[in-house]
Amino acid sequence: MKFAVIVFPGSNCDIDMYHAIKDELGEEVEYVWHTEESLDEFDGILLPGGFSYGDYLRTGAIARFSNVMKEVRKAAEAGKPILGVCNGFQILLEAGLLPGAMKRNESLKFICRPVKLKVENNETMFSNVYEKEEVITIPIAHGEGNYYCDEETLAKLKENNQIVFTYESNPNGSLVDIAGIINEKGNVLGMMPHPERAVDELLGGADGLKIFQSIVKQWRESHVVNA
Amino acid sequence: MSLMLEPSPQQIKEEEIYKTMGLSSEEFEMAEKIIGRTPNYTETGLFAVMWSEHCSYKNSKPVLKKFPVTGPQVLQGPGEGAGIVDIGDQQAVVFKIESHNHPSAIEPYQGAATGVGGIIRDVFSMGARPIAMLNSLRFGELDSSARVRYLFKEVVAGIAGYGNCIGIPTVGGEIQFESSYEGNPLVNAMCVGLIDHKDIQKGQAKGIGNTVMYVGAKTGRDGIHGATFASEELTDESEKDRPAVQVGDPFMEKLLLEACLEVVKSDALVGIQDMGAAGLASSSAEMASKAGTGIEMNLDLVPQRETGMTAYEMMLSESQERMLLVVTAGREAEIKEIFKKYDLDCVAVGKVTDDKMLRLLHKGEVVAEIPADALAEDAPVYHKPSSEPAYYREFQAMNVEAPEIDNLEETLIKLLKQPTIASKEWVYDQYDYMVRTNTVVSPGSDAAVVRVRGTKKALAMTTDCNSRYLYLDPETGGKIAVAEAARNIVCSGAEPLAITDNLNFGNPEKPEIFWQIEKSTDGMSEACLTLNTPVIGGNVSLYNETNGEAIYPTPVVGMVGLIKDTDHITTQSFKEAGDLIYLLGETKTEFGGSELQKLLHGKIFGQAPSIDLDVEKKYQKAVLEAIQAGLVSSAHDLAEGGLGVAVAESIIGSNGLGAKINTEGNAVTALFSESQSRFLLTVKKENQADFEKITGAVLIGEVTGEPTLQIVHNGETAINTPVETLESAWRGAIPCLLN
Repeated sequence: MKFAVIVFPGSNCDIDMYHAIKDELGEEVEYVWHTEESLDEFDGILLPGGFSYGDYLRTGAIARFSNVMKEVRKAAEAGKPILGVCNGFQILLEAGLLPGAMKRNESLKFICRPVKLKVENNETMFSNVYEKEEVITIPIAHGEGNYYCDEETLAKLKENNQIVFTYESNPNGSLVDIAGIINEKGNVLGMMPHPERAVDELLGGADGLKIFQSIVKQWRESHVVNA
Repeated sequence: MSLMLEPSPQQIKEEEIYKTMGLSSEEFEMAEKIIGRTPNYTETGLFAVMWSEHCSYKNSKPVLKKFPVTGPQVLQGPGEGAGIVDIGDQQAVVFKIESHNHPSAIEPYQGAATGVGGIIRDVFSMGARPIAMLNSLRFGELDSSARVRYLFKEVVAGIAGYGNCIGIPTVGGEIQFESSYEGNPLVNAMCVGLIDHKDIQKGQAKGIGNTVMYVGAKTGRDGIHGATFASEELTDESEKDRPAVQVGDPFMEKLLLEACLEVVKSDALVGIQDMGAAGLASSSAEMASKAGTGIEMNLDLVPQRETGMTAYEMMLSESQERMLLVVTAGREAEIKEIFKKYDLDCVAVGKVTDDKMLRLLHKGEVVAEIPADALAEDAPVYHKPSSEPAYYREFQAMNVEAPEIDNLEETLIKLLKQPTIASKEWVYDQYDYMVRTNTVVSPGSDAAVVRVRGTKKALAMTTDCNSRYLYLDPETGGKIAVAEAARNIVCSGAEPLAITDNLNFGNPEKPEIFWQIEKSTDGMSEACLTLNTPVIGGNVSLYNETNGEAIYPTPVVGMVGLIKDTDHITTQSFKEAGDLIYLLGETKTEFGGSELQKLLHGKIFGQAPSIDLDVEKKYQKAVLEAIQAGLVSSAHDLAEGGLGVAVAESIIGSNGLGAKINTEGNAVTALFSESQSRFLLTVKKENQADFEKITGAVLIGEVTGEPTLQIVHNGETAINTPVETLESAWRGAIPCLLN
């Protein structure tokens, strides 16, 4: 399976994502600069964290106009797995590939620490290796992770099981403890916590690796079936 | 817009306008002699800023000369953007610390942010990839005023704002609160980078005819004369200097960083230097002077953010996120191509000449013509008079006994709540300390540890300086600052490599202050020699006074050590019930400058703790040997608050463990003395014999499975406290003081 790590000016978790895939997951991966015009050769798309365009205007608000985002949208329509982490999640929201919006953390401060998450839905292509309601530890590092959406959207998210991860102890004020959501179709996941930072025991834990393993497992199964 | 006409050379001289820029009459005369005429406005500005303490070290050079700066591990000592130390495998570590004290006192968010930005540029200008940031901060007492709390919050926010955005993890640091810093906080930022030997760059303008290129952000009117401003005392009037504080743009610097690291791979690049303090003036003069060449620049070509800028303003601006490059003539297009990818300005503004002059053209005229060496090298050097202050003699004559304390438990809890000891989680929670996914040991430990990806190696790093000891006795305190940093590095499993220092002092023109500078650097030099940690670079910040009151002498030590194998990485928290607890090092009745003294008396007095550097070295060697032999489960340096606080800290991080400790002699001394060269170590039972043979440490207790701290003194229970009580006191103190 071949992954693309999209690099915007100001992305800074691109290297973390790249090494998580290459060194820990052992799959193919390449950096893709935001001006690129095609993602056809990739099977999975990763939007890393950071401060694309300095987070000026609003987080993710400028990045969504990047050339490569047309291709990300195309890949989403084609059903390829797309994972946006932190700033990547914010970009997916701004691009309308996921519903809702981000507000500043309730404390108005940047927060960096490992947090406990609950796997609410383990039947997605991003979470199928986890147990249902498994509690995992993955770090957060953001100033704007306070997820918000209107009541109607929230009802839909709940109804369709689109809330994949919730915080055990809400660090940022996000609605119903949401840490990560998936689109209706089930192939675009956005999450504030950084699974790529939790793939190596030396750095304090590897609970995040299963997200990437889930993607690969699903991809292998569907490609074997199709073959 | 500055439509005001610049004063003529004659006016500058007769009306002594040079004095407002910080030049003395003697210095102005020297400048006249050097160029053989009276300097014009731009030239006077160049002399003033280049001969400021901040750029020339004119007051500190005589003491800096004493530092040991060489060693087989040193690849680059002081004099370049940052020092470089070999770590094997054709790799090296690059690091430097720098202060941004005065700007932070006036405009704390931007002052701190641009301090971070500046030191990062120093490191990547060497060709290195910045991999970690640390800092060392000093503020007044948190409960003293809203202004102090504002400075504290904003400085932390500024460091976080810049470091998080640019994506370099802030992995460690230290903070002390003391009333002497109330009007003059200290903000020292350290950056650590990694480089392959082959990529090492120098800031030199070599090759006559080569092209001088300006890259990065445009030049504006911000920070003009910042270096001069940094070389004066602060007063109630300093607020008006707010325009001398620069504004940072970490996004711009992220782009500049990535572009420069691409450029250093090109052999078209000859030299590269950050435009830091004194901006275009210092980078051009220094690059020419170091190479023995001259530089001619046409200022009309400099990218400008504002209209109508004068030569004076352009040369003295400290606009951030800019670099000066020297590129092989004819290959400018290759360099431009790289910067174009990042949408950054990259403009040829001049060339390298053979006449050793810094010559500036503006609107068709030569507006300045000064020998580059005169600006970069020939600043006057002052040997300031020094005299031993009366307070020192008084303190030395005192005999400080162990205080009498009825309730040891209550005292321990109070010490854990002292802001200097209490958890700094409120601070480092705001720093992204994990980005780049190499941080093995996070903030809150003796030293931070960052692995070197793709190898078994890791780097340990710390900043240290107990300025209370330095105030009581600068020479001993200077030794302790280096020794404690090394102790922290060793406790993490690393061998100390070298230091960078940030000498923060008061006004050197006062003989008592200069005495502090002399004595503390004597102490540091001796410790660096004994512990084999040469000084590879640093920064001097003098005139840290507010309305005539000096800060405590604060020569901050930034140290980096090498861990040969990630298996050796050791942390301070207890690991397993049943592990044996050892104390290495002698405990004496030493309370001068201690946390306990401050707690009980609200001030410090007497003698600083003594230190024997040979003993220190012996113990450090033994601890490192035991760690590398795999015999040590946890290691912690005994510092502020002594054994009592060290044990509490090791338990708090241990996830539900406790400890039972036996002490003898005077209970207050045993628990709270701050004697130096001591280590708290835990060891698995099966390693007991081997460990004791190597270290000679004394068994004092055992790690227990129950979350309580029990201290038995002379056979009787003196403390029996649930860990939860200790932890909530320690964790809650700073948030509580801020709300």
